[in-house]
Parts: sequence; structure tokens; C-alpha cells
Amino acid sequence: MTDLPNAFALQRNALWERLGLASLIMPALLLIIITMLVPVCWLFYLSVLSDAGNFSLEHYQRMWEQPSYGRTFVNTFKVSLLTTGICILLGYPLAYFLSELPQRVANLCMVAVLLPLWTSLLVRTYAWLVLLQRKGLINNWGIELGMWDEPLALVHNLTGTLIGMVHVMLPFLVLPLYSAMRAIDRNYLRAAANLGAGPLRSFWLVFFPLALPGLSAGVLIVFILCLGFYVTPAVLGGGKVIMVSSRIANDIEIFFNWGAASALGVVLLLLTALLIFGAMRLTRVGSVLSDRAAS
Amino acid sequence: MSWLQNPATETQITHRARLWLYATSVLVMVFLVIPTLLVIPMSFSASQYLEFPPREWSLRWYASYFSSTSWMDATATSLKAGLLTALLSTPLATMAAYGLHVSRLRHANLLLMLLLTPMVVPVILIGIGVFYAYVKLKLVNSMLGLVLAHSMLAIPVVMLVVSSALKTFDMDQELVARSLGASRLKAFWLVTLPQIKFSVVTGAVLAFLTSFDEIIVSLFVSGGPNSTLTRNMFNALRDQVDPTIAAISTLIVLVTTILLVITQYVGRSK
Repeated sequence: MTDLPNAFALQRNALWERLGLASLIMPALLLIIITMLVPVCWLFYLSVLSDAGNFSLEHYQRMWEQPSYGRTFVNTFKVSLLTTGICILLGYPLAYFLSELPQRVANLCMVAVLLPLWTSLLVRTYAWLVLLQRKGLINNWGIELGMWDEPLALVHNLTGTLIGMVHVMLPFLVLPLYSAMRAIDRNYLRAAANLGAGPLRSFWLVFFPLALPGLSAGVLIVFILCLGFYVTPAVLGGGKVIMVSSRIANDIEIFFNWGAASALGVVLLLLTALLIFGAMRLTRVGSVLSDRAAS
Repeated sequence: MSWLQNPATETQITHRARLWLYATSVLVMVFLVIPTLLVIPMSFSASQYLEFPPREWSLRWYASYFSSTSWMDATATSLKAGLLTALLSTPLATMAAYGLHVSRLRHANLLLMLLLTPMVVPVILIGIGVFYAYVKLKLVNSMLGLVLAHSMLAIPVVMLVVSSALKTFDMDQELVARSLGASRLKAFWLVTLPQIKFSVVTGAVLAFLTSFDEIIVSLFVSGGPNSTLTRNMFNALRDQVDPTIAAISTLIVLVTTILLVITQYVGRSK
């Protein structure tokens, strides 16, 4: 093949080289396909098999007909929405405060936001269990300070679950929000004040819209993580807060019902995918709108 | 207290009008750090009931941890799984990040999304999927199965760290090395790798922590002699509040902090 045109040989060389480089991706990709994509697709398949082994939608049908499944989904959405809402209420002021501080002080305060992220989830869940139990610190202090007389039931119920989940999710909301707020040029606020807007008005009309992409990114991450969350509700909810994920685990561990668990998992995955897809569309629409408003 | 009257920004608002903001922020920061910081003194308490401040100090929960074979075995399993996960996922993810970066494939974005899926799919679904597959493959309760599953979860994390390092790296340096006669591999090994070393090490540490902290997949596929620390802790938490867990928690916080401080230090002195 020595008489091949030189350019052709070079082109073929380049192609081989690019293929060779692309093949570097293969081991990682293969591992992910074998240990994740194939098993998840397998679950899809299991979810459309009846107990007898024929194709049927009975697991989905049961999910639709049995009110207990409906309650699980309503519960999951309720807990996720409440957690996200409380995270916004607590996280927005904190991110705003941090973004107003000088960079050095803010970096120091960021340790408070990052510390939970690098503390193991189980350690934090355990700490809340200890703090919130009947003879725990919060109850002892509350009674000593005379704020309430009887020990409050703070754990093994919705309250405990929400406290634990907000603690886990808050950093995921504060981090994108903080970086969005940091990036805002404060001259816009000065200009608004100069044009006669009061503090509230300039916040609402100038600052809030500019920080909105950070807020929506944080809210999306928190909500999606909440939907599939398992550990904190399982420990701090004490079996009273049934979320989709706990139900999936129960179906496997107690009932060995792969079909039902898979069907629930498929619905959870589709909901998550739908949310991500919808949010991507929305933010694209949103950024187009804000671009147009800016121009 | 005259600073209260001073304007907080160059707009009209004063510090006094903002006191609520300062108070809320400080309270939220306290809320964020308090569980981690309270576990440490509580682990040194002598009492069965965890109190703060402890009335009497003792190391009995540490003694109970170090003398329990089941906790020791679980710790060994978790450390081993973490190390093997770091050893397996770091090279795989670095190769993938490098391959995606230099090959400039047309569908690079699609491949990247595929490689990042373990971060998006709900972990509970991954957990039962892996469990089902491992039952068929007879890999349940095996170290190999655990490490493979944890590596799958760690690959996206390492990839993100290494990719961002490659983005700021000037690829022309590798071209120079190759024009001087180095092979691609040699150019990568002698020119590129030393300069992205810090990110690769950070990625490896994060991979270790991903495995060490992982709960849900371990819950399903680890067990028997290969039960992980997180699995044992989770099961203990569901039954009763055992103060030994405070001692373990303190040790975990300590190890994590040391690892992260070391990577920061290495990064600064590079």
C-alpha cells in the first residue's frame, strides 16, 4: 500500500489517532454501562412483568388504583416542597448576607456552609437524632429556659425529618445562590437608588431578578435530591414518614416484590428526568427573556 | 452603638434596619455547624445518655469501638473499599476526561452526559438495580462487587475535577513534547500529568470519600464479612441510639478533615 496518496494516508492516520483517543473513554463508560445502565434497564423490564412472568402493566395499574401509593407520592412531594421552601427562607438571607461581606470574611463564613458537606451524612443524622430525642439537648434546654413544659416530640416524625433534610439540603441551595449574588454588579443597585428607588424596590426590581438563575439552580438541585432521598427520612422519620425511596427499599427488603419496587423506581426516575428537562427548557426561556430585557 | 445608624450600603439602608438579616444569618450558620461540633464533646461523655456538656469525661465509647470485632471488621472493609475505589476510578476517570478533551468527538457532550448519569439517577434505584444484577452474577457481599459499584458512583466526581483542570491546561505543551520525539503516552506522563497532578489527587481523595461515605448501595450489596461501616451504622441507628456511634462519628470527622486539609495543602504548595 505504499503507493497511496500521502494526504489520504495522513487523513487515515488522523482518524485512527482520534479513534484511539476516544477509546480511552471506553473503560469508564463500560463500567457505568455494566453496573448502572444495564441494571436500571433490567428494572424497567421487571416493572412490566406480571407475577406470572407475562407482559403486563399490573404494577403500574396497582400504583394507580391503591390509595396507599397515592399517599406515598403526595407525602414525597409534601416533604420535598416543605424542605425546599424552608431552605429558601433560611438560605436566601444567609447567601445575601455572605455576598455583602468582604471576600475574606465571606470565605471564613463559608466554612460553616461547607462543614456539613464534608461531614458524613450518617454522622449528621446521628447528631440530630441525639439532639432532638425526648431526653435530648433541645428538649432539656427548652424546658430549662421555660419555653415549653413537656418534652416535645421532635424526632421520629415529620418535624425531625424536615429538620434533618433542611440541614442536608441547605448547602446545595446556598452555594449556587451565593455565587450568583457575588457576581452581581452593585453599580446597578446604586443606579436604582440614584433614580429614586427605595431599598425594597431596588432589591425587588434589580437584585432579585439578577440572582434568580442562582436561586432556580439551587431550588432545582434541592428538590430533585429530596425526591429520591432515603437515609434521613428513614432514620429521623422513624417509619412514620414514608417517601417513595423508603417504599422501594421496603418492597425489596420485606416483600421481595421486584416488580412493584421497579415500577416505583421507574416513576421516580421519570419524574426526576421530567423536572430536569422542564427546568432546562424554562431556564433557557428565562435567559432568552432576560437577554431581551437587557438589550 | 453609633455604627447602627450608619448606612450599610451606599444605598439608603442602615445597619439597624438590617439587624434581622445579621441575626438570621448567624442563627442559620449555627444551625449548620452545630450537629458536627456537638458530636465531638458528646463522644467523650461517660454517661449512657448523651448530654452536653458531659458531666463526666471518659473514653469508654472509644474503648467499646476499638474492642468490638464487628465494628473493627466493618472499618477495615470500608477503608479497603475506599482505597480500591480510589485506585480503580481515578485512572479510569482521568483517561475518560483526557480522551473526551483531546479527541474532540462530535458527540462528546452526549458521552459526557452518559458518563455523568450516576450523579442524576436516584441512588435508591441504582441500589436495587445493582443488587438485582449482583444476585444474578453472584457478586452480593463480595468486595469486588462493592468496589465496582462504588467506582461507578465515583467516576463522575473524579471526571468533573480532572476535566476542569484540563480545561485550563495549555495542550500545546504536549504538542511541543511530541514534536521533540515523545510519544503521546510519554508526553502525557511527563508533561501533562505533573501539571494536573493536584486535581488528580483531589479526585482520588473525593473518590475515596464517595465510597467511604456511601450508604444506600452498601446497604444492598455489602453484608456478612464484607459489611461496611456505613451499613452497620445505619442499622444501629434504626434500632437504638448507641453512644459508640458518637465515637465513630468523631473519628470519621477527624479523618475526613485531615484528608481534605492535606489536599488543600498539597494544592497550595504545588
